[in-house]
Amino acid sequence: MRKGLTMSQKKSWIGVMFVVPWFLGFVFLFVIPLYESLVYSFNNLTVALSGFDTKFAGLKFYQEIFYKHPTFNRVLMDSIVSLLVNIPSIVIFSLFAASLLNQKFRGRVLARAIFFLPVLLATNLLSIEQSSDLASVAQTVTGGVDGAGLTSSELETLMLQSGFGNELTSYITGSVNRIYEIISHSGVQILVFLAGLQSVSPSLYEAAKIEGATGYEAFWKITFPMVSPLILTNIVYTVIDSYNYNKLSVLINETAFKALNFSLSAAMSWVYFIVTSIILLILVRAVSTKVFYHD
Amino acid sequence: MVMNKRAAYVRLAREKQPLLKMQNWAWILVRAILIIGLCFVIIYPLFFKISIAFKDRVDMLDPTVLWLPKHFTLDNFKFAASTLHYADTFFNSLLISVMTTVLQVISCSLAAFGFARLKFKGSGVLFALAVFTIVVPSQTLMIPTYLNYRFFDFGGLIGLFTGGNGVNLLDSYWPFILQSAMGMGIKSGLFIFIFRQFFRGIPKELEEAAYMDGCGILQTFYRVMLPNAVPAIVTVSLFSFVWMWNDNYYVSLLLTRIKVLSTMLPTMWTATQFEDGLYAYMIKNTGELLFIAPIIVLYVILQRYFVESVERTGIVG
Repeated sequence: MRKGLTMSQKKSWIGVMFVVPWFLGFVFLFVIPLYESLVYSFNNLTVALSGFDTKFAGLKFYQEIFYKHPTFNRVLMDSIVSLLVNIPSIVIFSLFAASLLNQKFRGRVLARAIFFLPVLLATNLLSIEQSSDLASVAQTVTGGVDGAGLTSSELETLMLQSGFGNELTSYITGSVNRIYEIISHSGVQILVFLAGLQSVSPSLYEAAKIEGATGYEAFWKITFPMVSPLILTNIVYTVIDSYNYNKLSVLINETAFKALNFSLSAAMSWVYFIVTSIILLILVRAVSTKVFYHD
Repeated sequence: MVMNKRAAYVRLAREKQPLLKMQNWAWILVRAILIIGLCFVIIYPLFFKISIAFKDRVDMLDPTVLWLPKHFTLDNFKFAASTLHYADTFFNSLLISVMTTVLQVISCSLAAFGFARLKFKGSGVLFALAVFTIVVPSQTLMIPTYLNYRFFDFGGLIGLFTGGNGVNLLDSYWPFILQSAMGMGIKSGLFIFIFRQFFRGIPKELEEAAYMDGCGILQTFYRVMLPNAVPAIVTVSLFSFVWMWNDNYYVSLLLTRIKVLSTMLPTMWTATQFEDGLYAYMIKNTGELLFIAPIIVLYVILQRYFVESVERTGIVG
């Protein structure tokens, strides 16, 4: 070791050493590709066996996706809408599930193990409960056992008769019908909420109980504010997670490797990235004003 | 004696307040129904799949057979395994997943330790950038990544020697090794975040004691910090393994000749070429079961550590 370095200086140098492998990866596998992808979206990219070539094309590809491409606009809107529809369902459901799993009851370990199971199964690869052609084959054959137990027509009439709005009703019954989809996308979110609930100090609940608060009050006055920063985390995670099962991702892949239009695909991916960033920014700003920070 | 008296009081209070007692029981009942119902929703498709996998085709059309097959058969498994080339593809999938898991745990924990404890100028910004990497959709990086590995040339060095356009790293394991070793694998940003939060939760005194006893920083890292971070390691390894195993995007982008399970599975449906939709469905269903079986086995083994560690992973900070 060189002389003349204090412990903290030495530590920060070694800190640099620790981070260097990641930093190299960050530069060569993230920053440069990100820049290149932007460049490709403005250029006509041709790939041959010996190498690839770019020719400047300006905004041609961006014009093409918005004005000429037959499905892009629709797919983009679809994925934005389904994302915005899914976020509240997933966040509310995962908070609910986490507070259920956080209570003490017999068989808790088993229940937790089952709830985290969907995180591990690749739902985009499996035909579980999906209305694909395969599932419908199974349904016609087995007499519609699938899904027969999972419709909410009674709930719908009940809610409409008790005076809920039409849109709210269809949103809630729609969520109930998609319960498997929601559960399978909310595993990590449940995990985050559960970890948050564990970190809430029990003395708060004790004090509230002595003061005569009911469980319902304790939830809204203690639990909810304490885990509210995690709502933000979970919204961000839900958006990021949606990249994996979005229809737009499929379209971008197919444009690149089936239609072999690399530049068009790059342009699409940039539009996608920018749109999701804007959504994220708006959501984060909107939610973070409401969030309660303990410290 | 004191305990007896207290117990008597509690009993008295309960008997005097039947309403409270009922409320309590009602809640337990509602909770049980909710939990069992949700567990049923999660488990049901899995049982449905398992049940079909052991059925003969005749059983599928027989209305009296619901769950337990009358003609128990393993033919579905045999056929699905041979269409998937299960032995080879399983091995390839396992190799890639294990490799990336080990490398990702190493690279992410190293970087996270640097971010958590060895502060230097700009480390906060770099950490924010590390987390930012997961916000960018992988599709945005898709084409440059593909071209980079197709004509791999590290800073023009390889081109100097071969005189060509670099080497083709597609259809090899190198892209996966490079990506995970440099902390840019699937959701590495999230793993760095988990590790950093966990390391921050380990008391500083522990680390200082190690320095006092003459440990170097690297030694402190693997002798003191890592053994204390087992819950985080379990969580990260499980996620890393499972996400790589399930990943369809990177493997179909980077591998064409090397077959792994997650690329074979979607195409299997067309490969069987059955006129009979029902039988093809049964085979596909069995293939899916074969695909998730290793994960389920791994989960059953690790489940205890995982579910318990969740509480202490410090995902939250």
